[in-house]
Amino acid sequence: MRTAISPLALRQPRSLRDALRMLRDEGPLTPLAGCTDVYVGLNFGTLRDQRFLNIWGLDDLRGIVVGGDVIRIGALTTFAEVIGSPLVRRRLPMLVAASREIGAVQIQNRGTLGGNIANGSPAGDTLPVLAAAEALVELRSIDWTRKVPFVDFYTGYRASVRRPDELITAVEFPRVGGAQWFRKVGTRAAQSISKVVMAGVRSEHPRIAFGSVAPTVVRVRRTEDALASGATLAEAQRILQEEISPIDDIRSTAAYRRHVAANLLAHFWTDTR
Amino acid sequence: MTAAFRPIAFVLNGASKSVRVHPLKRLLDVLREECGLTGTKEGCGEGECGACTVIVNGQAVNACLVPVAQLAGAKVMTIEGLKGRHRLQRAFAEFGGAQCGICTPGMILAAVALGPHPTLEQVRTGLAGNICRCTGYEGIYRAIRKSEDSVARRSRPAGRLAKAGRQKTGDRRRKT
Repeated sequence: MRTAISPLALRQPRSLRDALRMLRDEGPLTPLAGCTDVYVGLNFGTLRDQRFLNIWGLDDLRGIVVGGDVIRIGALTTFAEVIGSPLVRRRLPMLVAASREIGAVQIQNRGTLGGNIANGSPAGDTLPVLAAAEALVELRSIDWTRKVPFVDFYTGYRASVRRPDELITAVEFPRVGGAQWFRKVGTRAAQSISKVVMAGVRSEHPRIAFGSVAPTVVRVRRTEDALASGATLAEAQRILQEEISPIDDIRSTAAYRRHVAANLLAHFWTDTR
Repeated sequence: MTAAFRPIAFVLNGASKSVRVHPLKRLLDVLREECGLTGTKEGCGEGECGACTVIVNGQAVNACLVPVAQLAGAKVMTIEGLKGRHRLQRAFAEFGGAQCGICTPGMILAAVALGPHPTLEQVRTGLAGNICRCTGYEGIYRAIRKSEDSVARRSRPAGRLAKAGRQKTGDRRRKT
């Protein structure tokens, strides 16, 4: 490991309340869940934080429950637990599909849904699913609980509405009507970060979200509107190009990403017909 | 210096273990430095290669991405916990599942975590996070599949199988 850990500090709360109090009184603290991104960030020097909060033991934040039409998934629920849930497989197959393509088994056993959101990578595999599912992110501080529509959660590249004293505690999914679709395009089935990732719901008004094509995950609402109003696929693909802003980087090029995004839209539209 | 840290207790290969180290020290380093168990290898140090795979509470994880603070009360199994006698260890040796050996402990533990009787598809998925640059994977898949096949093991002399295993991997190496 290239990073010296001696300057780093770790606070160890015994309960959720304890954790929220520490976030308010002793912040800024960076919450640690499965740590699958944290050590990578420390090694590469991209994570400069030095004071951390170990929330891994807060079992209140684990688990998948259903109440009426809403599926509630605790922030510390791992991708392996998402994949293994018959309820999620039945009601949110696109979330299972995304979870299966995160890293490999070792990462799926440790990585968490809350961590994927908090890390805020524009390439986060579950994030287009949360956008297309119109999920709500539950944020708690010692003094309040609020639910933010996932599509309003990010304010820019790796920036969000989460206040430093708030913890992501759960994600809520309303019932999704219509066929669900997910596709990740990367260099390899396992362990690769996406070049382009897309989730779609073929409801009366289709809901479509892309990752890795903009500073944050994006819902492409004008593309959705075009398809809903009976525009041709070619017309929708043209509008899509106006709604995404991919870049050249280590994993792909802007031109390739534009091409693949248009192809994914076409696949979604024909697969879910 | 170390007295400044609170002890962290877990079960390592069936025996109680307590360490006083920085709570963010990686499980990988604790195993190799505090516990003297060097069977767990460091490859990439970022969760890509699987060389440091160990089993925590029954699940395969990358020891390079787990802070020891998160192991309080956990059950950890490393390659040493198999004591060199596990059917998968014998099969990897016999059927060409190991060449340079760096990936082997992680491969075997990832395979152990699959449980008995995995399909080839389950083996491929379960080992997708373990990278091998020698074998081309076929020898590894063969070893895992053959380790299940106790009938085949009894009906053929081990020496002949070992030779066949080497022959196959040899062919593969010449191609690359």
